[in-house]
Amino acid sequence: MSKINEGIRYTESHEWVKRDGENYVMGITDHAQHEMGEIVMVELPAKGAQTVRGEALGALEAVKTAEDFYAPLDGTVVKVNGELDGNPALVNEDPYGEGWLVVIKAVDPAQYDELLSPDQYRALAGE
Amino acid sequence: MNRFVPNCKTLRIRMLEEIGVNKVEDLFTHVPGQVRMKGLLNLPPAMSEMELVREYTRLANINTSHELVCFRGAGSYDHFIPAAVDSILTRSEFFTAYTPYQAEVSQGTLQAIFEYQTMIARLCGTEAANAGMYDGASATAEAALMSMRVTGVDRVLVAGSLNPSYREVIETYLVPGGFQINEIPFGPDGLLDLDAARALMQGGSASIILQSPNYFGLVENIARASEAARAGNALLVVVADPISLGVIQAPGELGADIVVGDGQPLGIPMGFGGPYAGFLATSMAHLRKMPGRIIGRTEDRAGNVGFVMTLQTREQHIRREKATSNICTNQALMALANAVYLSLTGEAGFREIARQCYHKAHYLEAGLVKAGARRIFTAPFVREFALRLPGDAFELEARLVSAGFLPGLPVPGLGNDAMLFAVTEKRTREEMDAFIGAVSKACGEVR
Amino acid sequence: MMEKTLFSTSCPGRIGVSLPVCDVPETEIPAELARTGEIGLPQVTEGQVMRHFVRLSNKNYNIEKGIYPLGSCTMKYNPRLHEALARIPGLAAVHPLSPDRTVQGTLELMHALGTCLCEITGFSAVTLQPAAGAQGEFTGLMLIRSAHLAALETGRDKVLMPDSAHGTNPATSTMAGMKVVPVKSNDQGMVDVEDVKAKVGPDTAALMLTNPNTLGLFESNILEITEAVHRAGGLNYMDGANMNAMLGVARPGDMGFDVCHLNLHKTFSTPHGGGGPGSGPVCCNARLEPYLPNPLVVKDKDGYALSGMSNTSFGRLMAFHGNIGVLYRAYAYIRTLGASGLREVTEGAVVNANYLKARLRGHYPVPFDNGPCMHEFVAGGPEMAGLGLKTLDVAKRLLDYGFHAPTVYFPLIVKEALMMEPTETETMESIDEFADALIAIAREACEKPHLLTDAPVNTPVLRLDEVKAAKELVVVEPREES
Repeated sequence: MSKINEGIRYTESHEWVKRDGENYVMGITDHAQHEMGEIVMVELPAKGAQTVRGEALGALEAVKTAEDFYAPLDGTVVKVNGELDGNPALVNEDPYGEGWLVVIKAVDPAQYDELLSPDQYRALAGE
Repeated sequence: MNRFVPNCKTLRIRMLEEIGVNKVEDLFTHVPGQVRMKGLLNLPPAMSEMELVREYTRLANINTSHELVCFRGAGSYDHFIPAAVDSILTRSEFFTAYTPYQAEVSQGTLQAIFEYQTMIARLCGTEAANAGMYDGASATAEAALMSMRVTGVDRVLVAGSLNPSYREVIETYLVPGGFQINEIPFGPDGLLDLDAARALMQGGSASIILQSPNYFGLVENIARASEAARAGNALLVVVADPISLGVIQAPGELGADIVVGDGQPLGIPMGFGGPYAGFLATSMAHLRKMPGRIIGRTEDRAGNVGFVMTLQTREQHIRREKATSNICTNQALMALANAVYLSLTGEAGFREIARQCYHKAHYLEAGLVKAGARRIFTAPFVREFALRLPGDAFELEARLVSAGFLPGLPVPGLGNDAMLFAVTEKRTREEMDAFIGAVSKACGEVR
Repeated sequence: MMEKTLFSTSCPGRIGVSLPVCDVPETEIPAELARTGEIGLPQVTEGQVMRHFVRLSNKNYNIEKGIYPLGSCTMKYNPRLHEALARIPGLAAVHPLSPDRTVQGTLELMHALGTCLCEITGFSAVTLQPAAGAQGEFTGLMLIRSAHLAALETGRDKVLMPDSAHGTNPATSTMAGMKVVPVKSNDQGMVDVEDVKAKVGPDTAALMLTNPNTLGLFESNILEITEAVHRAGGLNYMDGANMNAMLGVARPGDMGFDVCHLNLHKTFSTPHGGGGPGSGPVCCNARLEPYLPNPLVVKDKDGYALSGMSNTSFGRLMAFHGNIGVLYRAYAYIRTLGASGLREVTEGAVVNANYLKARLRGHYPVPFDNGPCMHEFVAGGPEMAGLGLKTLDVAKRLLDYGFHAPTVYFPLIVKEALMMEPTETETMESIDEFADALIAIAREACEKPHLLTDAPVNTPVLRLDEVKAAKELVVVEPREES
């Protein structure tokens, strides 16, 4: 059984999003990292890149799968997790913590409230 | 029954019983009647093994090209192939194996290709190479696509002195994606016009694609081309004749970002054009944008060194529509031929073969010029060169073929009288002297 | 035993070839061009080279060692005679840019092979140029693209394909500038006809379909499917990877397809070579013929010739005319078998696949098992977990039994898939041995599961660390090691 944290929101494509003032931190869920297996490479967007809700923002690569991850919100990338370059396995070890992917400054904070609640995501992930 | 289908009538009855049907026809019930063939295919009658040998001998005897003394290149070269190459290639362990997906029972193929990658990278002066492409032309087209993935720019610049067939393949691969291709002309010396290249770079480009030695056999200034590319944030793709890399500097060491070419000269028969093997070499930084298979070194559970296909997430079977290429089956056995050839010839032998090609090509060129041919370009060449002859090139070709030679290739792009010659280490002084004589004679006749 | 790389056994002064003395005066190589540093090629003798590669070869599984039941790969026996025929100097030592009149034998053979392939597929035109199946697919989609553009139908850029498609199909669509529209499979494992009808439209370029499909099932509604696509103005492409199931039984040209490719290295017994070379000829109907790649082999009153450039062709795929050596072998296969022999091949393949499926009944679940399969079938599905079976472990344990594993984790629509294709060249006995091993493994999974998770242990190396390979990325031997 994978972990689903309370107090944050989720997407149907298995990202999580946490509000941090006017910024939003995102990563992939524990469920998603389990499905993928050991991550060997993370491809992150450039700082300053525009994000479009539902469009690919970067990619994660394991040995036998590679998955894009998608922007949960419209906005701008204000920070990326540089630690993942040398240590991509952080996504496996601590998906909600040190394995975060990017921080987005959102255009429309209301979009956050449209994301899935922990319970809705639990149902979706079949956990 | 035939010699490839072992389960005869009696066995088949037992098998059908186990399956739970009465007759073979019952296994085809899903095939709707409207599309089911009523009779047999209309094919020529079956042949026994000896009849087949007779038929192939007949076809081989109708061919005459192999009896001609070959002075033709343009992408395929008449080199000597040591017997040991085919001896390895005909081992069923190699030629009847599948792609090494089950690594534990494919270490032979995997290690051999790892060694191939190492040899190709060292030859090209790059950090890495992949497990091979179809041929030099498709490898060049894939390199063009790769350069656009690396840079995010949708346009490439192609040297006008690139083999025209390679150019056509690049167009075939790039046009459907809506990518732009522009040509950089060559100057009167036959080399890339660097000023034109710099001017064209203003419009932005993913890469400059340059053949060296180029289609006319001339050695390009790779370092300068690399500077021009770099100034516009583009990559330099160099198409190389691998034999030339035994005498001239490696493109990777001169600033090429991707080096491609055809491995045919390295132990593969001309075979009317295939199968050959394209190679593609680059730096570690671009590895993830590379098409095709890559073999990597690793360890097994006991810590023993072993080899696996790696970075498979770039490939079609995993990445599907986002794959770096659709290539699946490549030309693995021909890459093995390259590896065995380069192992046999080795550091000293390979360089000596390359040197002999160089010296013999220069001997022939001088001889033909003395006999009345005119130089078209002045830049240095390695083992191929274009000359103008006193007469129509196609007419000369016909006469020289009748005289027992496969002469240089007519190159209408340079004029009706232009021919592109190639020389390998196989050509003897005697053959070349006879050829020079035949050319003089033929020129006299057509003039 | 680890076999050292040739670089590490290298010793200056050793050489593996004897070269003639250069018999012409030397010309100086300009210093500014000359390669001066060491290249780093091995320095070994012929004997060392032979021993090295023979030892490596001993670490390979191959079709002459045993059954190679890779689904969709058609690993059949590769006749020895064909190797000899393809090496006849008159056929092999031929420059690809030889004048036509000096290569009449090769051109005649290519023409005859093309005629046979057209008859086998029910089409009227062919190109032998594509180097492999994937290049054949690209050819097919480019023909379709050209036909739409010629008809000024510029908005057709969608390719419908089932979710069970081979990865090359979507990858090829991207290369051809088209987008994939997935079509659902129904509960019978076949294309959902209603879904096709709902998704075809004015933006449909093509339907791309493998038949029999990757579950080894013949698409029974094929005429209804291809007709729906045609009605919407699209064209139908058949991926011929599974043609071994249909020789002399059914032809793509009779099923409403407009074009298909063939894998000569599957159906027509040319060796796989450890991953290639293959050959992927493309056959098509008259509508698509004008767009075929250059050059084609044509016959006229003077004999055979390579055609010049046509201005309707979509272009060129290879520097020369294709993998001719593979064509030599495939033609020998067709001439050996003739029409009834090819039909026996298909019948043998289908009987063998169904026999293996029957032997595994009660031991391995087979989803979509609604009657006979064609030349292959897919075991697996959610029930595998209940039996304690993981596809990867079963595959690795099979290696311990001395067999090659089936295709694993494909098609994607079956969880824990094991895709098996014995081919017609296997004897009943060898299929029995393979089935017995699979059954024994299923038993081991319950009784001694560690035998599966530890597997393989009887192979030249144990299970390899793919994560390490992907993370550390050693793809050439570092110079300092040799």
